[in-house]
Amino acid sequence: MSKKIFMRGNEALAEAAIIAGCRYFFGYPITPQNEVPAYFAMRLPQVKGTFLQAESELAAINMVFGASAAGARVMTSSSSPGISLKQEGISYLAGAELPAVIANIMRGGPGLGNIAGAQGDYFQATKGGGHGDYRIIVLAPYSVQELADLTVLAFDLADTYRMVCMILGDGYLGQMSEPLVLPKPSSKHFDKSGWALNGAKGREPHIIRSLRLNPEHALEDLNVKLQKKYQTVAQNEIRYEEYKTDDAEYLLVGFGICSRIIKAAINGLRDKGVKAGLFRPVTLWPYPYQALQNCAKNVKKVLVVEMNAGQMVEDVRLALNGAVPVDFIGRMGGMIPEVEDIIERIESYAA
Amino acid sequence: MNEKIIFAGFGGQGIILAGKLVCIAAMNEGKYVSHIPSYGAEMRGGTANCAVVIATEEIPSPMVFNPTVCVALNLPSLKKFESRLSAGGVLIYNSSLIENGPQRNDIVAIPVKANELAEQAGSYKAANMVAIGALLKANMQIASLQAVKDALSQAVSKRNLSFNDINKKALTLGFESVKTALH
Repeated sequence: MSKKIFMRGNEALAEAAIIAGCRYFFGYPITPQNEVPAYFAMRLPQVKGTFLQAESELAAINMVFGASAAGARVMTSSSSPGISLKQEGISYLAGAELPAVIANIMRGGPGLGNIAGAQGDYFQATKGGGHGDYRIIVLAPYSVQELADLTVLAFDLADTYRMVCMILGDGYLGQMSEPLVLPKPSSKHFDKSGWALNGAKGREPHIIRSLRLNPEHALEDLNVKLQKKYQTVAQNEIRYEEYKTDDAEYLLVGFGICSRIIKAAINGLRDKGVKAGLFRPVTLWPYPYQALQNCAKNVKKVLVVEMNAGQMVEDVRLALNGAVPVDFIGRMGGMIPEVEDIIERIESYAA
Repeated sequence: MNEKIIFAGFGGQGIILAGKLVCIAAMNEGKYVSHIPSYGAEMRGGTANCAVVIATEEIPSPMVFNPTVCVALNLPSLKKFESRLSAGGVLIYNSSLIENGPQRNDIVAIPVKANELAEQAGSYKAANMVAIGALLKANMQIASLQAVKDALSQAVSKRNLSFNDINKKALTLGFESVKTALH
């Protein structure tokens, strides 16, 4: 077994990106993700990469567009208000079918909100924060280890499908340190010579754009192609974890840091003889609708716990389609649900 | 074991490092550990603190609202966390800087002359290490004194490795200053 090191989430994310071959980072500072750019600023020059602190989030996301168009592995990171500013660029990346990795280390909102961890950007991440019919792959890590592992995966997914892959973490995950075994680079190789803008000498020029005016159906053609691609992603890339669900009478659903608290509640409930289990989506888009439906087949009730006013719970209801009653616990503004509150709520069902 | 520990003091007293050091030592002994600094709107000259969880099972949340142990290196820290300490909890406080100890009588208060003992070890800056030493004696499940000494080279930055001997001495002095182990 590889040696465990002790690392902060934000730094693990940056180191994992470098392991994945990312050599370009463009960003603009915002708490609670500032250790990401700080780490890249220290590490990228050591591996002959480029770190650039842009003048704004808009500049940073468009630098990502440029580097990606040139065929580079590139990423940016920010936190909620900064991710809102990047939405135009994300839509353009989708329109141009460019791969990129974007980390959102969420904080409390709306507005400037605060700097504590939160999960209020679920809708924005999974339902399209920018304009137009597009999707991005959204990965929701729940530990520093998984944050690092999913970062390596994010680059492969982005390159495989030529689309944006977002790592949706939160301020607690970014700020906390935990034991970590650094991930290995993937063995996948991606040949971008067929489309990247890497110098047209001796060949026909490649053109990358998101504006499609002619012929009349050019934009619909692109949209049809994109939707087909998204269907493929939805078929191939769904990831989730089940915990003690085999005999569960009550199913809890949560993502990211919330699912850790749910796990502790489940252990507490099991000690009292209450059969509870956890379904944890790892990909928030594509969402594991079918897997959740199967998992909830024999349960009496589903309880969704989130650090928002109730966002993923809508996808849970879609998945279950009324077959099982769905309840919800949410904390907002950077507050964390308490293990005891979850236990109490589940116990109230049996009473 | 599920110890929720708050380290608190002035910015500059090595609070964040203290938490990190204990985590690395416990990690090397095979325990689950987490560490999170307070990163709110902190004020210059105010308190710096970090939350550490050391457990034998997976850690749900790294945040600590009601610690089982608090290590307070200055008076504002003691004032801030005394009321939050869970009943029966342990409060280790720096009696070099804190004249009047805690008011509560449902907790175990352990005064440690952290600054004096640090001077004795070779540098006043090692007060954080003295406090860790005291913590390790007060609760011997957290990590062994040797594991913490061994973890120093992993926890401190390269430029501070030259202080390892002083730090080790300070850890020992703190450890020996607590007469009886509680756990």
